[in-house]
Amino acid sequence: MVHACLLSGLATGLAFAETPAALLAYYKTQAQGQAGGDAVRGQTFFNKTHGNEWKCASCHGAVPTGKGEHAITHKVIEPLAPAFNAQRFIDLAKSEKWFRRNCKDVLARECSASEKADVLAWLISLK
Amino acid sequence: MKTPFPCWRTTGVALALLLCAGVTWAQGGGLKGAPAAFTAECTSCHIGYAPALTGEVNWRGIMAGLDKHFGVDASIDDKARQTISAWLMAHASKDSRYAKSSADFRISTSAWFVRQHDEVGSKVWKRASIKSAANCGACHSGAARGDFDEDSVKIPQ
Repeated sequence: MVHACLLSGLATGLAFAETPAALLAYYKTQAQGQAGGDAVRGQTFFNKTHGNEWKCASCHGAVPTGKGEHAITHKVIEPLAPAFNAQRFIDLAKSEKWFRRNCKDVLARECSASEKADVLAWLISLK
Repeated sequence: MKTPFPCWRTTGVALALLLCAGVTWAQGGGLKGAPAAFTAECTSCHIGYAPALTGEVNWRGIMAGLDKHFGVDASIDDKARQTISAWLMAHASKDSRYAKSSADFRISTSAWFVRQHDEVGSKVWKRASIKSAANCGACHSGAARGDFDEDSVKIPQ
């Protein structure tokens, strides 16, 4: 149900309740049987390199409850954990855009739905 | 020295003042009227660079290569790209000094940028408080507003 709502929301641009929890549920559904939503695995994933120079933590910080800093430009990046920044993970299209871009920088590929679910589960767990 | 046409001197000063005003404008034409897409897409990783900081050729090059944006994937959807491109083109510098393109389309490798910063030593650029030529706000406190007034420059230690 959440899946269908989110997809229709994406397609039509209609407003609906996009919350971190709803986005996590969406990514878990998208993972289609693959385990997703493991916070511990998400933390490990976030803090290690994946073949390229950068890890997620390079710009967001090891525990993104505070401000990060862009690795090249040094512009401040607001906290990523939703409990510390109400603007995070309340827009699926925005979340998808940033996962797509940043995963390509960190992993040289897009992240899978289960990887996104792991990371988001960890971020939501940070209080 | 007595000049045969004293008024020329006055005119010269006035022209020079106008030119200076022009330079200030050309460097910091500002971000007024920037579309929401510009703010959303272009100011997350770096400050919003005012369109008048460079010319059409550089902007076109930058906007055509967003998937490999100086080593980072900054790709955006077509609608946002078109909206942002139109605004950049409309407000890009038309002044040949600023509009001149650079080999990699960077503002910071443009001839005017290099010349304007020629008194800044390489060690200064590397200071922890500066780190990058992209970090305009380190010295130009109004940079995020597109204000590069030379009088307000403070180079941090």
